[in-house]
Amino acid sequence: MQKEAAIREPLILGHKTYHDVTEDVCRPIEDKAPKMWYILFGIALVIGLYGVGSILYLLGTGIGVWGLNKTIGWAWDITNFVWWVGIGHAGTLISAVLLLFRQKWRMAINRSAEAMTIFAVFMAGTFPLIHMGRLWVGYWVMPIPNQFGSLWVNFNSPLLWDVFAISTYLSVSLVFWYIGLIPDFATIRDRAKKPLAKKMYGILSFGWSGRAKHWNRFELVSLVLAGLATPLVFSVHSIVSFDFATSVIPGWHTTIFPPYFVAGAVFSGFAMVQTLLLIMRKAMGLEAYIHTKHVEYMNIVIMVTGSIVGTAYITELFISWYSGVEYESYAFINRATGPYWWAYWSMMTCNVISPQLMWIRRLRRSLLFTFFISIVVNIGMWFERYVIIVTSIHRDYVPAAWSMHFPSHIDIAVYIGTIGLFFVFFLLFARYFPVLALNEVKTILKGSGQSYKESPDYHKHH
Amino acid sequence: MSDKVLYVMYDDDEVLKNSAKKLVAKGVKISEVFSPFPIHGIDPIIGVKNTRLGIMAFLYGLTGLTLATIGMRYFMVVDWPMNIGGKPNFSYLENMLAFVPISFEFTVMCAAHGMAITYLLRNKTLPGMPAQNPDPRTTDDKFVMEIRLSENHNVTEAELDGMLQEIGYLELDKKEIK
Repeated sequence: MQKEAAIREPLILGHKTYHDVTEDVCRPIEDKAPKMWYILFGIALVIGLYGVGSILYLLGTGIGVWGLNKTIGWAWDITNFVWWVGIGHAGTLISAVLLLFRQKWRMAINRSAEAMTIFAVFMAGTFPLIHMGRLWVGYWVMPIPNQFGSLWVNFNSPLLWDVFAISTYLSVSLVFWYIGLIPDFATIRDRAKKPLAKKMYGILSFGWSGRAKHWNRFELVSLVLAGLATPLVFSVHSIVSFDFATSVIPGWHTTIFPPYFVAGAVFSGFAMVQTLLLIMRKAMGLEAYIHTKHVEYMNIVIMVTGSIVGTAYITELFISWYSGVEYESYAFINRATGPYWWAYWSMMTCNVISPQLMWIRRLRRSLLFTFFISIVVNIGMWFERYVIIVTSIHRDYVPAAWSMHFPSHIDIAVYIGTIGLFFVFFLLFARYFPVLALNEVKTILKGSGQSYKESPDYHKHH
Repeated sequence: MSDKVLYVMYDDDEVLKNSAKKLVAKGVKISEVFSPFPIHGIDPIIGVKNTRLGIMAFLYGLTGLTLATIGMRYFMVVDWPMNIGGKPNFSYLENMLAFVPISFEFTVMCAAHGMAITYLLRNKTLPGMPAQNPDPRTTDDKFVMEIRLSENHNVTEAELDGMLQEIGYLELDKKEIK
């Protein structure tokens, strides 16, 4: 058993036993769902289905139903893609990077953060797929021998790198998440009373029995997967940023993009984790496991990554002037003072100013304030992508081609629809899956539990 | 051959570890421990060797890297040297930088999935497999040691009972296996 300093706040509040941990996590799954769950699920499902309908209409008609034009060939579609991928960065960062750094506070939040990651990457993947227009030939992005002659996909293209990056990230995150879920499914299986639940969780738990050798393998597999997933977290958004950075468009052709995108992704991902967990801990009675200290830790991550993002914005602005390239300078002057000034300044306010408020201890420990800022950050990060994508291309080299982007009804419906689908998935997860890595939490109960830390024996040397 | 199995239950991981230590010191072989979470330090006591899955992950990763290199060399250099802006791909090395991201991604993909599949197969934990823990409470808050008489010829059942009485336990369950 590992001990920690007395001045560290306990990670598990109250007087919990091993059995209490099991009870607290399994009860919401075994009890009937509250009325609120059905209401939220209904709303999310309606919005999600509206999005699915819009996607089907888009596939049947063609991507001309979006508000794109000859000058602005990328707008909401790629904005939404990058926004969702960014959100999908927190989960694996929490479960992999924090595992390598032995941060134990991750244990209460990694399961749901990673579920969120997986669902967010699902949503992200939708956009490039439907942007193909002819979704049914989507498999052409794979290097498959074919009858068109020596026709291979272009391995020099960052868009293809993205195909590999996103699919690797999604599948590895999914495996990492599921390997951790297996022992927890076994706990639910062994408690289940209804035959159907017992059968279902029996299948999901793969016959896990908790043998010493299996736990030995489990710990190594978790560690190695964390080691593999850590560079993945950084590579995915770097590669997403290459989609822009390797082009020759002023405003996109920027070497600062990879680190700037990664910081932005972690920034928005943690904001989404805060939004979801602040509601979930309350609704499911998990306040003892996810409490103010956890929220504060996450707010510190938001503050740090937010500061990196702010620094990147200002660096970008400075370099555009310092480069002496008039097209480059214009791209940035146009962002701040052109017809899209409102988007630029929304982005600046939400992403540069709001995280700085987290320096104040009282604010970063306030749950209500955190919830508010988490929404602000997510709005700001959507505007960041919109600003980068649309303002850089809407006024190109030929003034006769200058244009504006107006989202069509389908643009909006597909975006809102993915938010609906995301919540459909997340609500199903919260209802049927253990939202806390309950067996992992038990390993820190004696080291970081309040009742153990406060007992007179805790600080004695054994 | 019939065998008798003793399931000795505890409600604390530290207590189980201490009891296991005492039993092993008396020459008893503990064949298995079932627990709701990993008990750190139990493996050397009951003689569980460290897993070699890490080596496997490395080998799978190496396989992925090799496949990616061979594949991209064939697609982009041998079969159809794609000419981009008058700069065809004449050799793998000249164009290698563009292949770094996919080489990396494919290495990670093969290492992670290869290791995960091997892990599930070696554990024999697969969809639909029956649970084998002796008591459903071992996935909640109980810890069980399994002792087989067939693996302990140097002690009789009565001697074993005596030792367990002395060391203490929460519950003791005996099963005949045919």
